Amino acid sequence: MSIVVGYTPDEYGKAALSYGVAEAGLRGEKLIVVNGTRGDSFVDTAFATSEHMVALESQMAELGVEHEVRQVVGADVADGILDVATEVSASLLVIGLRRRSPVGKLFMGSVAQRLILDATCPVFAVKADGAESV
Amino acid sequence: METLSLLGGGFAEALTPMNLLFAAIGVFLGTFVGVLPGIGPAMAVALLLPVTYGLGPTQAFIMFAGIYYGGMYGGSTTSILLNTPGESSSVMTAIEGNKMAKAGRASQALATAAIGSFIAGTIGTLLVAFAAPALAGIAVKLGAPSYFAVMVMAMVLVTAVLGTSKLRGFIALFVGLAIGIVGIDLSTAQPRLTFGLPLLADGLDIVVVAVGIFALGETLWVAAHLRRVPAEIIPVGQPFMGKADWKRSWGPWMRGTALGFPFGAIPAGGAETPTFLSYVLERKLSKNSGEFGKGAIEGVAGPEAANNASAAGTFVPLLALGLPVTATATIMLAAMQGYGIQPGPQLLSTNGDLVWTLLASLLIGNFLLLVLNLPLAPVWAKLLQVPRPYLYAGILFFASLGAYSVNQQAFDIGLLLVFGLLGFAMRRFAIPVLPLILGVILGPLMEVKLREALQLSGGDATALVSEPLAIAVYVILALVLLVPLLMRGRSGASDDPSDAEREKIDA
Repeated sequence: MSIVVGYTPDEYGKAALSYGVAEAGLRGEKLIVVNGTRGDSFVDTAFATSEHMVALESQMAELGVEHEVRQVVGADVADGILDVATEVSASLLVIGLRRRSPVGKLFMGSVAQRLILDATCPVFAVKADGAESV
Repeated sequence: METLSLLGGGFAEALTPMNLLFAAIGVFLGTFVGVLPGIGPAMAVALLLPVTYGLGPTQAFIMFAGIYYGGMYGGSTTSILLNTPGESSSVMTAIEGNKMAKAGRASQALATAAIGSFIAGTIGTLLVAFAAPALAGIAVKLGAPSYFAVMVMAMVLVTAVLGTSKLRGFIALFVGLAIGIVGIDLSTAQPRLTFGLPLLADGLDIVVVAVGIFALGETLWVAAHLRRVPAEIIPVGQPFMGKADWKRSWGPWMRGTALGFPFGAIPAGGAETPTFLSYVLERKLSKNSGEFGKGAIEGVAGPEAANNASAAGTFVPLLALGLPVTATATIMLAAMQGYGIQPGPQLLSTNGDLVWTLLASLLIGNFLLLVLNLPLAPVWAKLLQVPRPYLYAGILFFASLGAYSVNQQAFDIGLLLVFGLLGFAMRRFAIPVLPLILGVILGPLMEVKLREALQLSGGDATALVSEPLAIAVYVILALVLLVPLLMRGRSGASDDPSDAEREKIDA
């Protein structure tokens, strides 16, 4: 069993990750950090740079959490994360939640909504405000 | 002095609010397409061709000129921030520019590129204003045989000298010449390559061919490679340069301009060679040569100036001889024909106003680009986040609309698809697009000159070498083609493996 964190290189991802790290420590489970992109634009700020991922790994190694980081490219970021969750038979999925206006949701869709509705394991949605840093 | 007063007249025409607006639209669109890798000024001009048929030729060319220069600017932004050169001419910029950006000097790299491009573009355009009339004055006296020889030279040099594979280049050239022949032959009324289709009798419309190859081909190619790991962009603030940067940039700007312009002006132009030479030269001359490879500002300033000076230089053969040497210039030539303007040495006397307004608007556009790009660089960088499906849906829409609007017949949409598939195949097999488009547009003009020469001589083929200039051109051509072969023969087979290696990478 392991805990999957849907990660983005911003405050929301950071909030989700810090909760995931704490929970993994409590449960003694492996932490799997997934960062995804649709890969259909030249630049995607939600996709962490390789340097960022390396920094992330060393940070978690310092905290002594058993971990794994993955970056997935696919038509739907939510599907990519759900595939990983199924593959590792996740016990918990942690995501960061952001505010999005109804119009923004109409155009951009919501990865969080799809994850909450379609995940087969419990989903923990963390808010960015008041997040402790990793 | 006469040149200056004519140019002044051009300014008076170009500075009307309407024309200024078109110049602004042009540079804006040009930067837009230049920033995005895969979409270049040639595609933008091709897509706009049908739209501009509703405008006057002056407005259309002001806009095209803006797109041409704007594309150059935009390309440097992408090279520096993304290390993905949008065009072959920005490859050298990417080497040092991206290193500078990684070292936290993106603002300075963008600034030296933008200011260098402005300076080189301005000097280059002024040189065009002096060189083009002089060259046209000589060219008017040329007979058909010499003219034919110069055209052959431009085609062969563009095909053989630029690009890595001569074979691929000539495949493209001959496919292009064949496409240019389709239709009824004007002097004998024989249908050629029409396959019995009456709709092909008028020949293939250049809009359909160019839009198919550039826009549809690229769209299909992107669709086939839609999902890729995004590139890592370096965040950027306002471009600016410190005193030391100015000091280090001046020399490279000037030398880059001096290198770039002549390469653009000779009919085998292209910006690859001068940008490469400028890079090598600056590395040799620089006092900070140790910084090269780690982000030296000279390595951005020189090549950027060289590629803009060369872009300006390509206007010399285009305006004075009607000979284009870049894809964008080729489409612009087609646009001239669309307006019924005969490109060639007579252009300056028959459509002088148009030429001088065009040159003046190039200078204005260049200035607009500097004003537009220095503060807007971060905004342009944001453009790279637009998902490709949205972008290419738009391109596809304009491509289909453009192809249909030319003759309002559904048959052209079918043709568009055919040429789109051809464009896709060319990208797949790394066949260069420039020789093809040059063949399509220059081929028929070349045929006219050939016919003219042969009719005057009563079908005697020796007439083709009856003028001294024609002979000189053929000799130069033979030397350019044969000398590298002989050199390779002498140095033995040792070159071949590296060549084979290079081909593989290009494919």
